[in-house]
Amino acid sequence: MNIKLKSLTKSLWVFHFASAPCNNCDIEILDALTPKYDLERFGILLVGSIRHADVLLVTGMITHKGAERLKRLYEQAPKPCLVVAVGSCACSKSIFKDSYNAAGPVDGIVPVSAYIPGCPPKPEAMIMGVVKLVKSLTGK
Amino acid sequence: MLKAVFYFVVFPGFLFTAIIGLLSSWIDRKVTARVQWRVGPPWWQNFADFIKLLGKETIVPKGSSRTTFLLAPIFGLAAVTIVSTLLWLTLINPASTFIGDLIVVLYLLTIPSIAVIIGGFASKNPLASLGASREMKLILSYELPFLLICFVPVIQAGGTIRLGEILTYQINNGVIFSSLSGFLAFIVAVLCMQAKLTLVPFDIPEAEQEIMAGPYIEYSGPTLAVFKLTRQMMLFVVPMFLVVLFLGGITFSGWHILWGILKYVILLVIIVLIRNTNPRVRIDQAVKFFWGPVTLLAIVAVLLALLGI
Ligand code: SF4
Repeated sequence: MNIKLKSLTKSLWVFHFASAPCNNCDIEILDALTPKYDLERFGILLVGSIRHADVLLVTGMITHKGAERLKRLYEQAPKPCLVVAVGSCACSKSIFKDSYNAAGPVDGIVPVSAYIPGCPPKPEAMIMGVVKLVKSLTGK
Repeated sequence: MLKAVFYFVVFPGFLFTAIIGLLSSWIDRKVTARVQWRVGPPWWQNFADFIKLLGKETIVPKGSSRTTFLLAPIFGLAAVTIVSTLLWLTLINPASTFIGDLIVVLYLLTIPSIAVIIGGFASKNPLASLGASREMKLILSYELPFLLICFVPVIQAGGTIRLGEILTYQINNGVIFSSLSGFLAFIVAVLCMQAKLTLVPFDIPEAEQEIMAGPYIEYSGPTLAVFKLTRQMMLFVVPMFLVVLFLGGITFSGWHILWGILKYVILLVIIVLIRNTNPRVRIDQAVKFFWGPVTLLAIVAVLLALLGI
């Protein structure tokens, strides 16, 4: 396996983008970063600027306003950048399927590398999602 | 010529400082994790981060001044490399450097911060400019007491401005830290060091929660890697500078070398504990703090040193 990919999988820096979630998913993400689950031991850090990020974590139902921002964020991120959709809202439209303001699930706007369903998903589910993402990257 | 290149690039210059810097930054992260009751990252974490950043795309924001933006990280890295080389050459052979190297080191130590300011202003981002201007105020505030306390070892060692002679004085007459003036000066130095490394409580320029990494906000890929590396090298070089000035440096004979390394590690753990037990202050509070009580303490230390206590 090449060293570039290996170092990427060992140090995923996460940027969190919330487009109109009910906030439960965000709280679960913060849960995953607390001392109990301690994602830093896998090299996962939350960063404040999209320019530093390797993973774009999207939560919530993407609204028409949010869709524009999501696209711009994805373009601003230095490649390689992975997108992870967290929660049923982001994976599909979930309960907002017929809403007038739904611009579609995340994969209708930017390419998504991993889906973590659940309403909200548990921190354990998120860690499993990340493990699967890393596995898909390294091809195991 | 070849020897000089070896000094700068391998030992004790770039490569050596970089590796120790990455490792000390790991100690920082690990101790922080333990303080917060976590497990913390493995020892190679910072190496993985560095290699990952090297493999990423570098984005130059539209409207920024391209050359300055890309060159700023290099300035800082070069300065910190030279400081490290000077310090270690002094440690290995106190007679090997030139007169006035203390002043050169003091100037060079501010260059990484200035590089951050230049990079921040060049990147045409409002938050980066805000962070850069805060960094500038922070430099103004801590440089005054820091320069003052550098007089204490100079006075005690009989008015020399050569690091080698300060070191020889300490080897012959006991460390400067053990005198009252030296002790006070050391306390001031630790506070200034915290600000020089822009760590909590003085991480005002890059306050993650308010201005999202400040001057670094637009940096990505290799340029960010160089900035991070510079900071991690500073985490090694600035405490080493204090070890040379106040704690008698490192002696390279038998067991003494372990004692020398212990001095550095203790200093590092003090930094990490300060960082983990304090909230961030505002920039005006920081300026008041450094120009008020800290400068006063520094002046007292200098006066005591003049009286020979
Ligand atoms: S998936 Fe559920 S918990 Fe998450 S934002 Fe949507 S409604 Fe809220």
